[in-house]
Amino acid sequence: MKVSMTVNGSAVTAEVADRTLLVHFLRDVAGLTATNIGCDTTSCGACTVLLDGQSVKSCTVLAAQAEGREVTTLEGLAAAGGEMHPVQQAFHAEHGLQCGFCTPGMVMAAVSLLAENPHPTEEQVRTGLEGNLCRCTGYHNIVRAVLAASGQAEGQDSQ
Amino acid sequence: MSILGTRVVRTEDPRLLTAGGTYVDDLRVPELAGAARVTFVRSPFGHAMITGIDASAALAAPGVVAVLTFQDINDIPPPPPPPEGGPPPGSEAAPLPLGGVWQEPLLAVDRVRYVGEPVAIVITDETYQGEDAAELVSVDYDPLPAVVGVGKALSGDTLLFPDAGSNIPVDHAAGDTAFEGCDVVVEREIMNQRVAPVPLEGRATAAVWADGKLTVWVSTQNAQISRFILAGAFGLNPDAIRVVAPDVGGGFGAKVGLDRDAITVAWAARHIGRALRWVETRSENLTGMTHGRAQRHSIKIGGTRDGRVLAYRLDVVQDTGAYSRMGGFLPTLTNLMAAGPYDIAHVEAGYRVVVTNTTPISAYRGAGRPEATAAIERAMDLFAAEIGMDPAAVRRKNLVPSDKFPYQTPCGATYDTGDYIGALDKVLAGAGYDELRAEQARRRERGDVVQLGIGVASYVEITAADADGGETARVEVHDDGTAMVYTGSSAHGQGHHTAWAMIVEADLGIPMAKVTVKHGDTDEIPLGTGTYGSRSLQLGGVAVHRANLEVKEQARKLAAEMMEASEADLELNTDSGLWQVRGDPGSSRTWADVASHAGAEGLTAFVHYTDGAPTFPFGSHVAVAEVDTETGKVTLVRHVTVDDAGTVLNPVLTEGQRHGGIAQGVAQALLEEMIYDADGNPLTGTLADYAAISATELPSFELLVSETPATINPLGAKGIGEAGTIGATPAMQSAVIDAVSHLGVRHIDMPTTPARVWAAISEARNSQ
Repeated sequence: MKVSMTVNGSAVTAEVADRTLLVHFLRDVAGLTATNIGCDTTSCGACTVLLDGQSVKSCTVLAAQAEGREVTTLEGLAAAGGEMHPVQQAFHAEHGLQCGFCTPGMVMAAVSLLAENPHPTEEQVRTGLEGNLCRCTGYHNIVRAVLAASGQAEGQDSQ
Repeated sequence: MSILGTRVVRTEDPRLLTAGGTYVDDLRVPELAGAARVTFVRSPFGHAMITGIDASAALAAPGVVAVLTFQDINDIPPPPPPPEGGPPPGSEAAPLPLGGVWQEPLLAVDRVRYVGEPVAIVITDETYQGEDAAELVSVDYDPLPAVVGVGKALSGDTLLFPDAGSNIPVDHAAGDTAFEGCDVVVEREIMNQRVAPVPLEGRATAAVWADGKLTVWVSTQNAQISRFILAGAFGLNPDAIRVVAPDVGGGFGAKVGLDRDAITVAWAARHIGRALRWVETRSENLTGMTHGRAQRHSIKIGGTRDGRVLAYRLDVVQDTGAYSRMGGFLPTLTNLMAAGPYDIAHVEAGYRVVVTNTTPISAYRGAGRPEATAAIERAMDLFAAEIGMDPAAVRRKNLVPSDKFPYQTPCGATYDTGDYIGALDKVLAGAGYDELRAEQARRRERGDVVQLGIGVASYVEITAADADGGETARVEVHDDGTAMVYTGSSAHGQGHHTAWAMIVEADLGIPMAKVTVKHGDTDEIPLGTGTYGSRSLQLGGVAVHRANLEVKEQARKLAAEMMEASEADLELNTDSGLWQVRGDPGSSRTWADVASHAGAEGLTAFVHYTDGAPTFPFGSHVAVAEVDTETGKVTLVRHVTVDDAGTVLNPVLTEGQRHGGIAQGVAQALLEEMIYDADGNPLTGTLADYAAISATELPSFELLVSETPATINPLGAKGIGEAGTIGATPAMQSAVIDAVSHLGVRHIDMPTTPARVWAAISEARNSQ
């Protein structure tokens, strides 16, 4: 079947098998490999992208379901000039990533979370990211990064 | 002022945050253009004989290039025979993997021994075709009784390897320790349960054979070790193999070297003459990647009524899964560290290794040492409860005092430096221990439904256990003033690129922004070991430091020539990165000047740094938990730690290591377990079932600073990668038990799930 969507502002059209998942469309058709696949049960959130501005796990969305819609991946987050998005900047400043594999999904989930709740509490951040697993950071600095990106004083200092 | 010890954010991050990493599945290199996809056909049985494999339907399916079984593996040398007259396989002298009658094939021959064992591979043009075709490979199985759990393995009723005659490849059971003179002796059997490492990126391998050379991209912690393994498996000269570790999405010990699945992919690429790529699914990962822990402990502790521990005995049965890979070796570390941070006169430790119809066991964050710590910390708590003494006070009374270092343990370890009592006192003060106990007393007095538990754990662990193997570094300074570091160490999240660049800046005054660090490509870095056992900074980092010093001495000679001064009068200003003649700051040469003067040889040094002994990080953790006594639900409300790993190079990185370690340690105590039924079927084989810890189940952590320098290396560094895990598991488990100890509960096995906590409370109440 033919599928067309806008990915990070650019139109992408391709003939794909009906069962093609959005994450495979993004990785193999659009050539955007930042979005990772970390499980097969919609549990880990590594594949999180924005679909019309809302976070979805792209391993559980068919490419066909994105027909005519707008998808944003990690690659589309920074400003045109290359300046990182505040959430990206905060992850950098707060050491919110280590191996980097969960990071694209985690960042997109955080962007979505802050869009819905611009000034979350720590508990709201943790609940909001429950569907995104990270095995490296213990979530501590991810939570700090999201709080910092929200413009609030960073989470409690660890020292 | 030196950059070392300061908070520096990672240089790795901008790329990972804007473009994402380049993991094996992301590689778009020309060599892999048109690579076919590998899909494994895996055993659905824990234990069965294979009576036939029919691939005809699969071969007829769309996109199928080949279906390969063990019968196709006829072009590599046979596995080495068991050593004659040498140490028996699985002994400490020959720890891994077991050969001979315990041999692990690449693809199952006539018997499968765990669910997930590779039986065949299907090669297709595209991924989805592989998933379809693998379903069409018809394998006839004749099921056998399964061996699940150490009790069943020890019974020997069913054997995994009939030719071996038992399920016990290694037997070093503990002898009898003298418990005479003890007023109190407590014994208990406890389980250190099987857990899954779950790096967010599972296993992945791509391979191509071209022009007589095999190139393998693999998600590994050790490119050079992987090359060594492949060379042995294929009978190839290592020069004919290039291994590349691209970005690696977490390892945690389960990606040390590479395993049979990866070797099979590399073999198949050569066998069929086509580039191949394999990326496992998470469900494959949870049974195909090695698991960790899986030890049964028999602990016995004795001492005086006033709290002095006199004797301790630990007997380990290691469930190594279906094949003894590193699982045959890990309990030697558990035994080595059995005494923990305590000064105990009589300590005896032993172990047996058993095979079972489950996924093989290998290293997982801590690798044998968390098990040792969990055992003795549980023993300390049981002893404290028996004599009615505060568990922190019992620890304080028995910790190795500061004036006894270096301290030789009865288990054969020599603890280098430490302030164990200082670490305990610091964490107790930081946690507000006395106030926590007072709050606990108030809740108990009121009979609150939600009770408070305080878990205290002290630990010492061994890092860079193979320090004599060392690590390599090559440092080059180029004529544009930039520097390049080639490290044998291998990063997969720890921040090596940042840390190594900091060392170059500190030693040579070349700013971090001008330093590039390369790792993980055996063509560029043929010699190296890689990352495991918290070894990187103290071996790989020191290797960089030493190479810097050699480069500096070369530069000194060149600068002296250029400036017509004596070498003795030359000095490097590491703030400005300028070479100057002492007393004449007006004249100077930059690194670019000096490197340009070096000519064809360049300005470069290679160092293979080894150390004579490991180091022993230590610390103490306090976990504070709330336990709902009506539902058994546990909430970790605070986790306070002192983790002393010597001199800190970059607090940002060490904190990150501690955070991640704590989370994984807490996860084992609270949530995670890989469960099998009696037939060897995994019941937690997807991430929907396996309780990998999430952000909602953890608080922010409270980290306290303590730095007792190592004396054996010039950076003063010990390892920090695993310490958090080692301390957190027993502290968390202890907090849960402590919360309900007043109800008569003395022990709850991990994971302390609501069901187990509730059952323990009920049992205690019913027996009163």
